[in-house]
Amino acid sequence: MGLQLIPYNANYDFVGKKNFIFGILMAVAIVCLGYIFIVGFNYGIDFKGGLLLEIRTQQAVDISKLRSDLSGVVEGEVTLQEFGSPNDVLIRVERQPGGEEAQLAALGKIKEKLGASVDYRRVETVGPKVSEDLIRNGIFAIVWALVAMLVYIWFRFEWQFGVCSVITLAHDALIVLGLFCIFRLEFNETAIIAVLITVTYSINDTVVIYDRIRENLRKFKKMPLRDLINKSINETLSRTILTSTTTLLSLFGLYLFGGPVIAAFSLPIIVGILAGTVSSITVSAPLLLHMHLRPDQMQNSTDAEVL
Amino acid sequence: MIHIPLWRTLLTVGVCLLGIIFVSPNFFTREQLEHFPSWFPKSKVVLGLDLQGGAHLLLEVDFDAVLKDQMTSLADATRTVLRKERIGYRGLATKNDAVILTLRNPDDLEKAKTVLKQNERDIEITSTPEGQLTLSLNENTISERKKSALAQSIEIVRRRVDETGTAEPFIQRQGEDRILVQLPGLDDPTRIKNLLGKTAKLQFRFVDTSVTAEPGKPTPGNDVLPSQDKEEGHVVHYAVKKQAIVSGENLVDAQPGFDQYNRPIVSIRFDSLGAKKFGDATKNNVGRPFAIVLDNKVLSAPRINEPILDGHAQISGSFTVQEAQDLALLMRAGALPAPLKILEERTVGPGLGADSIASGEYATIIAILMVAAFMFIAYSFFGAIANIAVVFNLLLLFAALSVTHATLTLPGIAGIALTIGMAVDANVLINERIKEEIRLGRKMLSAIDAGYNRAMTTIIDSNLTTLIGVGLLYYFGAGPTRGFAVTTSIGIIISMFTAISLTKQIVAWWINWKRPTRLPI
Repeated sequence: MGLQLIPYNANYDFVGKKNFIFGILMAVAIVCLGYIFIVGFNYGIDFKGGLLLEIRTQQAVDISKLRSDLSGVVEGEVTLQEFGSPNDVLIRVERQPGGEEAQLAALGKIKEKLGASVDYRRVETVGPKVSEDLIRNGIFAIVWALVAMLVYIWFRFEWQFGVCSVITLAHDALIVLGLFCIFRLEFNETAIIAVLITVTYSINDTVVIYDRIRENLRKFKKMPLRDLINKSINETLSRTILTSTTTLLSLFGLYLFGGPVIAAFSLPIIVGILAGTVSSITVSAPLLLHMHLRPDQMQNSTDAEVL
Repeated sequence: MIHIPLWRTLLTVGVCLLGIIFVSPNFFTREQLEHFPSWFPKSKVVLGLDLQGGAHLLLEVDFDAVLKDQMTSLADATRTVLRKERIGYRGLATKNDAVILTLRNPDDLEKAKTVLKQNERDIEITSTPEGQLTLSLNENTISERKKSALAQSIEIVRRRVDETGTAEPFIQRQGEDRILVQLPGLDDPTRIKNLLGKTAKLQFRFVDTSVTAEPGKPTPGNDVLPSQDKEEGHVVHYAVKKQAIVSGENLVDAQPGFDQYNRPIVSIRFDSLGAKKFGDATKNNVGRPFAIVLDNKVLSAPRINEPILDGHAQISGSFTVQEAQDLALLMRAGALPAPLKILEERTVGPGLGADSIASGEYATIIAILMVAAFMFIAYSFFGAIANIAVVFNLLLLFAALSVTHATLTLPGIAGIALTIGMAVDANVLINERIKEEIRLGRKMLSAIDAGYNRAMTTIIDSNLTTLIGVGLLYYFGAGPTRGFAVTTSIGIIISMFTAISLTKQIVAWWINWKRPTRLPI
């Protein structure tokens, strides 16, 4: 016999507490938005351009000496970071003034300074043009993904469902973007992927709940809307929690054992999926109450819009 | 009894068997695969540069330079035509994408337009009543020329990379003006970068000895070009005729070698047209110096001692052996129509790649074990069936990657782990639905049937929305992002098959075999 995580007759009143929950989530979203606009992102090489080298040396590296050595040969800020072990160092150099050639020239100087004994595990130089393209494509990808999902849900359900789901998704995306801002995580192309994963995952949860609402709307034509929405959320709650748990379990596997690069990639996804699960349950469905889902006379009597 | 039509059973079993066959080459080395029968599939999963190590270069063709060249030659042609037709003009100049001049007599406007149009058909001419003419290439011509310059550049890049002997290079057009070069296994692309950074436009031109060469002050018909030599600390410049005797297009071969003093040289051979041009020029100008010009730099300026009629020549110019080799290579491969800019360079050493694969594998296995344990705890027997589905999901995913030659990247591994989590989602939906139907009082078999049927619309809706998102990720993303999108989308599609067809099949077999009275769910 399997385990029952959520009692099968669960009847949590998500709709009743919606104003309270909306308030909290709205506050979190506003904090994130504030951080994004006031503090801004810690842009990585993909979006800012510049150089990145991951080196492995024979002996443990004297970071401060290496930093002063390198600052002498290139312009702008040089940041060094131990990467996994004392012999591994990640070197980041700000974008050099000038065009693409300037970046490559700086790379040559750095390699000359480091000498032949180091093992170059990774070398990246990104010029200004590519970084502009990457930013543009990243924004396009997120916006078009939202639009496409809105259209699909509109087509499969009703426009109200589409609007509510996009509001929920925008909230989730904001949380992940805020995470990058607040904790100064490096914002690279993989950050855009993390946002998109969050969005696609959250829509999955939302659609499952909407699907149940659609089914119940046909089944219980007389049930008050707020009860119907609550019932649908509770009926799918077990599935929502179970699926999120399995996905989070495999992501934790990646985070703990996947090495520094994969770990940096999976952390924002973990946060995003948590946010997506919470918002699918507490926002996407209760939000429908504010939309005219049924002809007016059938709306729930507690709904303010009904006279 | 759960009835599944025979064709569906065969299809399900068939797909799983095909998956096993197509994934199996990944477990053998290339040598072992050679001994397998010819019908056996041989393609393996292609690893991205971030996993196998290698260099990635993104190049841009500098069309502005091409356009500038074309405007210069358009200005030259205009000058010649107007002089021939005895039409007076002044202020002939090239702008970014146009040639501008003013006619001395505005009455010549129509005549000038006609003759210029006859000379060069692809231009557009606008004029003012005061007699100012603006000549420019029309949009179509520019885009045609851009296209051909890009195609030609890709060809030359390919030849240069091939000549260096790099294994399995991947060279592809990106957008309207970019070329992606991927060189697996190469961890220091310095030499390739040097080779690609040169246009390699080779010309043989006469040196004008009648004027003194002052840098930055060319005399009419001449260019002042720097050389490699220095005298008293200053770079020696030469005044060189604009008109070329013969150019690199007429070369058929170039090989590195040594002269009688054992200095590195490049020996070249012209085609018949080039040999004739070179022969005529040297016959009539014995004793005059000529310059060998590469990318507007004088390599050497030898004196013509005797006519060279057989089309063979040697280029010397204080090279190192490596420089002579590279120069010969560049000449054999031909000149680029425009300079290339390196926009982006990413190199991953083989050590990091191997580490990434190892930690990726490790993390994926742990992810599978954790999910499997959780599913078993949550659904016991039906959880075990879902786990079988997850194993086949991975197997089919790798089979699909092998067959389609899609590239597996580091974010792709993350995509696989995410797929494992999501692959069980369909089974969770189905199992939850079955539980619900049983609670509503349905009999076991009809509950199973209803569970699968009712969960279908949900599964399709939720997976299709996810696929839309991932599809856009593929469309807008570059290398690593695409790797993620590929594994995730293939994983989602396969999960619909494994979760619906495969698990239902297993459940049906089990019920027909055990005839249970209640469901262990």
